[in-house]
Amino acid sequence: MPLSGRVTEKVALITGAASGIGRATALLFAREGAAVALADLNIDGGQRVVDQITKSGGRAFFEGIDVTRGADCQRLVERAIREFGRIDILFNNAGIIRRATVLELSEDDWDRVMAVNVKSIYLLSREVIPHMRKAGGGTIINTASGWGLTGGARAAVYCASKGAVVLLTKAMAIDHGPQKIRVNCICPGDTDTGMLREEAQQLGEENSRFLAEAAKRPLGRVGTPEEIAQAALYLASDVSSFVTGTALVVDGGGLAGSV
Amino acid sequence: MMRLENKVALITGGTSGIGEAVAEMFAREGAKVAITGRNESRGHAVMARILKAGGKTIFLRTDVRKAAECQRAVDETQRSFGRLDILFNNAGVFFPQTALECSEEEWDLQIDINLKGTFLMSKYALGPMIAQGGGVIINNSSGWGIVGGDKAVAYCASKGGVVLLTKAMAVDHGRQGIRVNCICPGDVDTPMLPEDARMRGLDWKTYLAGCENRPLGRIGTVDEIAKAVLFLASDDSSFMTGAALVVDGGGTAD
Repeated sequence: MPLSGRVTEKVALITGAASGIGRATALLFAREGAAVALADLNIDGGQRVVDQITKSGGRAFFEGIDVTRGADCQRLVERAIREFGRIDILFNNAGIIRRATVLELSEDDWDRVMAVNVKSIYLLSREVIPHMRKAGGGTIINTASGWGLTGGARAAVYCASKGAVVLLTKAMAIDHGPQKIRVNCICPGDTDTGMLREEAQQLGEENSRFLAEAAKRPLGRVGTPEEIAQAALYLASDVSSFVTGTALVVDGGGLAGSV
Repeated sequence: MMRLENKVALITGGTSGIGEAVAEMFAREGAKVAITGRNESRGHAVMARILKAGGKTIFLRTDVRKAAECQRAVDETQRSFGRLDILFNNAGVFFPQTALECSEEEWDLQIDINLKGTFLMSKYALGPMIAQGGGVIINNSSGWGIVGGDKAVAYCASKGGVVLLTKAMAVDHGRQGIRVNCICPGDVDTPMLPEDARMRGLDWKTYLAGCENRPLGRIGTVDEIAKAVLFLASDDSSFMTGAALVVDGGGTAD
């Protein structure tokens, strides 16, 4: 592991780590010297990420948990403390989407999206913050979305959940700034992940047409998971030491205005 | 690993505060830096320090309110270093005034340096950037480009203008490989801060206590802002354009 990595000797806990942005961030943080505790519902995918990290000399473990359950979150945090001794970085990244208007959306889907995208942040932060406070500080990064800042079609519960993430981020930044815990969120635009393809499927749209539409933004393309991971690294590392309570938009200019 | 190897950066207002810190950091990260400012002796002092540390730099005395001088700064940068990859529009001035207190001359000065200067420098820098297939523009806005502040009418107007000028240019030039973003610093340890206290007739201790009243409980350092500019200047932010990066210790979170 690099001695001069940007998160050397830090311990990072990452949810939704089996694929997409979470996976790219786990790999990047490990490459930059962090020990990573990974969580996801997808056990096979999560284990594969751990294997990839340990094979190149990194430190990682995976816990198959449901982030909407308090007991699961507690188990994950206890294991991270047991194995790595501390938690410096919490990346609340687990998220799901349902592309539907409120008329189309079932109550179960509403509850599930809100639980995974929002309540999990509360549940995990509640477990992690006491450890950060004891250690003298830490940094929490939440995955919000461009749709946490502006509305989108047939995405009612997703917008509601991500809007909540943006303001939960700011509220926690105010509460825990004095304890040297920084709390920020990332607002990615469309990124080349499994979720993007799932959206096309939920909307009954052809993949290629959906992706072409997603590329319509100033930079003329969708993002890569690695590009979002770089933003998470910026917020996780000490180079952002005066940054808290912000929403970092990483969207190829999607929110800047109409092209 | 140096993060701006073989890059050429042009930094306005590079003779003190945030601009000076960015110039030195960029040079340390391998960039050749052209710095502009209106104060020649300060400019030469910054230049001497960068050269002594083994960096490559030139100082260009420039008033960003004047189109011809902006054009010359861009031309001279290219003539000295062969290209232009990064433009940091940082030059700015601030007078604490309500609309009743702000004279027309003071209004024009703040709008012309903070906002029109950003337009003029970008106008001339975009040509070479587009010709070489890409580039990055970073504008220095402010937390007061997002929320209002007391006794800061022209400053707030200019910085709000910078945020939206940033977004508009990002929309126009994204397809040409140009990324345009701005930073919104909160109160930072620069000469602008004690100067503001003096103009407001507040003693430094009282004034500073007000500045420190934010979630992180302190003001920022120029290096902390420079690191945000470095992030936006480097390829680490390759999917970011049209964004306003707030670096304010949580000051605008509530």
